[in-house]
Amino acid sequence: MRATVQVQKFNPETDAAPRLREYQLDVAWRGNTVLDALFQIKHELDGSLTFRASCRSAICGSCPMVINGRERLACQTLVADEIDRCGRIEVRPLRQMRVIKDLAVELDPFWGKVRAITPYLTPKPNRDAVALPQDVEGGFHNVDACIMCGACVSACSSLEVSPGFLGPAALAKAYRFVADPREGRTRDRLESLGGEHGIWDCVRCNFCVEVCPKDVKPMEAIIRLRREALREGLTDHPGARHITTFMAIVRREGRLNEARMPVAMVWPNLRRMLAIVPLGIRMFLKGKVPAWFHRPIPGIREIRRLFDARETSK
Amino acid sequence: MKYAFYTGCAAKGACPELYQSAVKVAKLLGIELDEMTSAACCGAGVVREGDADLSLAINARTFAQAEAKGLPVLTICGTCQGVLANANKTLKEDPAARDRVNAMLAPDGIAYRGTVDVKHFLWVLIQDVGLSKLRQAVKRSLAGLRVAPFYGCYILRPSKDLGLDDPNNPTSLEELITALGGERIDYSGRIKCCGFPLVLENEPMALAMGGNATAEAKGEGADCMVTPCPLCHMSLDIYQERAGRQRGERLDMPVFHLPQLVGLALGLSEQDLGLSRHMVPVTKAMGKIASPTS
Ligand code: SF4
Ligand code: SF4
Ligand code: FES
Repeated sequence: MRATVQVQKFNPETDAAPRLREYQLDVAWRGNTVLDALFQIKHELDGSLTFRASCRSAICGSCPMVINGRERLACQTLVADEIDRCGRIEVRPLRQMRVIKDLAVELDPFWGKVRAITPYLTPKPNRDAVALPQDVEGGFHNVDACIMCGACVSACSSLEVSPGFLGPAALAKAYRFVADPREGRTRDRLESLGGEHGIWDCVRCNFCVEVCPKDVKPMEAIIRLRREALREGLTDHPGARHITTFMAIVRREGRLNEARMPVAMVWPNLRRMLAIVPLGIRMFLKGKVPAWFHRPIPGIREIRRLFDARETSK
Repeated sequence: MKYAFYTGCAAKGACPELYQSAVKVAKLLGIELDEMTSAACCGAGVVREGDADLSLAINARTFAQAEAKGLPVLTICGTCQGVLANANKTLKEDPAARDRVNAMLAPDGIAYRGTVDVKHFLWVLIQDVGLSKLRQAVKRSLAGLRVAPFYGCYILRPSKDLGLDDPNNPTSLEELITALGGERIDYSGRIKCCGFPLVLENEPMALAMGGNATAEAKGEGADCMVTPCPLCHMSLDIYQERAGRQRGERLDMPVFHLPQLVGLALGLSEQDLGLSRHMVPVTKAMGKIASPTS
């Protein structure tokens, strides 16, 4: 099979800007991976091509790159599939990370964030339970399957606009320790994870869930961290208030009230109240502000009963 | 073609023009809508953050209502579509979760058997109405109008809950724009996040996301954007001026709800489609298309 492979080449020491270089390959076998193709280019066509790889079997996490527009492990992506899908293969380095050369990116900031969440257990003082109880395996919801490849970080919408955001990989790792029954600092952890650049900055775009090669679902881990923070009573944050306000409105009316929601969110902060007023007035003039009080939906008693039953079961 | 019509909160709240245009377009295309007036909010992914089973139960109640009518659910909101599809998948594939949820609903005599399908209006247009029928129904070609599609996260990801489009390279909006005679703009922002879920808690981040996509569409020469999600619409339209101010530029980009764009091509008037309700005037886009022929 002939394959056209375009690879982004860039040496910051000599090149002004990255450029795509095109290679024509004879791919011997349909089962060849994009990583095989990169090795073939390196051996036959361009010895200067730089990329990371090690295990070649989707275990070490060294080879994530942007293949035809999406973060993938090169060793897990078949040349034939990509050719079928896009007619050619375009390979670029991970996004949101500084390129060292070609497809190799700087990972220090990535590891810095993983370190920032204290990626090890701080056991409870009473240490009877040293072994991990069997029944919590499922309780980690697969976050322990993470191979730290960084694909999710490259795809993250919040990181793109706020580089300080802890990001999906580090937060998924953080959940692993919050969920561990042996951990002694759960509340401390949730408090610091709820701070600046923490769990409340995720925009819930699902990119991390989509690109993760190990089905870690980092966003689901972040949602669980938020739930745990609420359960710990850490509700004094706009993100937490968003959830509690939203739920209170749905309980009362059965659906969201977009007039009351923003007001309830910023109340009683006068400065923030004043900031939303001009927009509210312009929306009102366009007929975009719904009534302050909705008539609850028919059957609202069923909804309220569901909410109240959950409240009392807690 | 009959559906249980799940309007979502936005179409009944800040985006009445979405409701109005969807109902009119459906009528013209022979799509029969049986509105689910007693359905609750899907929770928008927010209720799930507070309590996962509660969110499943609220949505199972909605599905049970459609199940009783024997109808598939039609949504007009990308976020509702994503949240409902996710809940429905869990309820269909995880019998333990379904039993738990049915036990929560039992005191009111409600049970969901797991037989309902949920479809966004966009998918109904493509799969059930069909592009050829749509093409024939066009009264006013959108020729000359350069339209930037903006999908929104929830109608694309996670793709295993959804299904119609390749999440990295979706084509349904593009096919639709072309069928209506319009010219589609290609840009990387089309599959990105509008930022809306953060707009009340971290406005600068939200504005940066919506602003990036809008500015990119503008740079590619778009006359307007179109989105199948009213929350994206709010982010891109209501917050556009603020996003522009944050970037130091005037974006001036009209944004259509999906049914509004279809309605224009079907010959509906600006009034029918509620175009005056947008924060960013649509005049610039309207100037590009001819008046309807009968
Ligand atoms: S869901 Fe959150 S963490 Fe995941 S990519 Fe989106 S913003 Fe980032
Ligand atoms: S969560 Fe998935 S994508 Fe992110 S670093 Fe871990 S394995 Fe890679
Ligand atoms: S080379 Fe180890 S994951 Fe690809």
